[in-house]
Amino acid sequence: MEQFFQQTINGISLGSIYALIALGYTMVYGIIKLINFAHSDVYMLGAYFGYVCMTSFKLGFLPSLLISMVLCTLIGVMIEKIAYKPLRNATRIAVLITAIGVSLFLEYVTMAIAGANVRSYPPQTGILDQSFNIGSINITMQQIIIVSITIILMVLLQFIVKKTRIGKAMRAVSLDSDAAELMGINVNTTISFTFAIGSALAGAAGIMVGIYYNSINPLMGMLPGLKAFVAAVFGGIGIIPGAMIGGYFIGIVEVLVSGYSNSMYRDGVVFAILILVLIIKPAGLLGKNTREKV
Amino acid sequence: MKKLVRSNLAIKLVSLILTFAIIQLLIYFDIINDYLQATLATICINIILAVSLNLITGFTGQFSLGHAGFMSIGAYACALITLRIPTIPGFILGVFAGAVAAALIGGLVGLPTLRLRGDYLAIATLGMSEIIRIVFLNLDNITNGAAGLQDIPQFANWKWLFIYTAGTVLIISNYIRSSHGRACISIREDEIAAEAMGINSTKYKVIAFTIGAFFAGIAGALYATTFNFIDPKIFGFSKSIDVLVIVVLGGLGSISGSIIAAVLLGVVTTYLQSFANIQMILYSVLLIIIMIFRPQGLMGSKEVSLSIFSKLGNSFKSKKGRV
Repeated sequence: MEQFFQQTINGISLGSIYALIALGYTMVYGIIKLINFAHSDVYMLGAYFGYVCMTSFKLGFLPSLLISMVLCTLIGVMIEKIAYKPLRNATRIAVLITAIGVSLFLEYVTMAIAGANVRSYPPQTGILDQSFNIGSINITMQQIIIVSITIILMVLLQFIVKKTRIGKAMRAVSLDSDAAELMGINVNTTISFTFAIGSALAGAAGIMVGIYYNSINPLMGMLPGLKAFVAAVFGGIGIIPGAMIGGYFIGIVEVLVSGYSNSMYRDGVVFAILILVLIIKPAGLLGKNTREKV
Repeated sequence: MKKLVRSNLAIKLVSLILTFAIIQLLIYFDIINDYLQATLATICINIILAVSLNLITGFTGQFSLGHAGFMSIGAYACALITLRIPTIPGFILGVFAGAVAAALIGGLVGLPTLRLRGDYLAIATLGMSEIIRIVFLNLDNITNGAAGLQDIPQFANWKWLFIYTAGTVLIISNYIRSSHGRACISIREDEIAAEAMGINSTKYKVIAFTIGAFFAGIAGALYATTFNFIDPKIFGFSKSIDVLVIVVLGGLGSISGSIIAAVLLGVVTTYLQSFANIQMILYSVLLIIIMIFRPQGLMGSKEVSLSIFSKLGNSFKSKKGRV
């Protein structure tokens, strides 16, 4: 039982990271119906920005987090403006291939600049290094910080989406972009803003993975990116609370599978759950089944 | 109309034999050396993969990201058989068994998942191919796990590759011109309208998916017997993406486009090999630029038609007549 609680706590920390990445996927998909493959590489860049801040500039965790989020925001908006905006009226598969191109570009440019080898984050000191026990369950300060930052960012996101004018515009564009444009909403700005928010969250996830797992490499985004996308589909793609639930669910399942059985099977189980969900409830956990009209 | 088809067939046969003869001669005179022969093999395998994925994605409109999964089934089945029966009949049996195994799994996976539409299908097929890869990774005593299978006898030479590639292209292009193929195209254009016209869309989608998987299995089998070595990493998500890139670059719904794109990419990657460190950067930039300026792919949904030649021939004839 103790092992179960311990694993669940580890799963929640991992799930926070998946949830943060999944939010970016789900928002972009909700607004322009694109599986943004480059998103997982923005997450990777976030980890690298954090690494540079912490090693070269000797900054603390919080300033590095903020800088890496800002830089990722810029990168995300740049990607949208350069690669996706010219293709606004093209077929979706063309945009998808462009997204794959951008993803490869970011991966291999990073590899050319930073090298293909694995780099490790500097050892954390002070509050980040502490941990404490409840019974025999060990909780590290890093886990608490990851989970609390994730929750703060999610509350902030909910506030932006539900209470601000730009959030209202985002919801309107994702519902019907033509009608939104007729109502005087600047669709292009709204889409860029969505990319900005999603990329900032991915940047935060990147640096947190850096301090949690300690090792980063240029291809680190691929598998977490796929799993975060699975999380987004699991919760119902385009639905923000769905991505959070999906992220935590996938994180916990993955940790429990590797804790209780062969860790080689954990990715297989994640994808098997995905296929089951898609077959039983294609719109995802929180999605509504829309009837197709002719 | 009938006459047109027949004359096309004759021209097709002649051009096939010509292609084969020219490349055979080049190999004979050692202009295509061993290194280039490996490129040639990659191109042939990519053509088979791209044409079969084009049947699923380009003609039937079902967006699949799991082609590498079917390829790996063919590769492992063929490798395991040829390792035990290292003879030519064993090789033929292996390719056939690989293709049939891939087709079976394709049909089984297709039945439930092809109800899904668009991106959901893409994600489901992606998940399926990842599961296949993880299964191969974990069947240690059969597939040798992450270390992969080594010393697979090398049977697939240029002649075999050509026979299989030409066969795939002929079968799939004829399938598309059959009533089944027309049904597939109508599903791509508008599934609801097709169903209203009495087309059983699930049936045709599953058939297209199974045929696609069958040929992907052949491609995998040829890969295993050309390069002597397979491991689960080769058949990851990026392999599926590579094939999809070829199909989209060539043009969805254009078989000649897929062939041209596969040849072009093969040549370009061989050329870029000399810039190894920035090879992938150039490739990705090229991809983005082509998609921004020609999102419908090189050929769109058109085929290279032989009417260009007959037009040329006609003008030549009329000129002669005037003189």
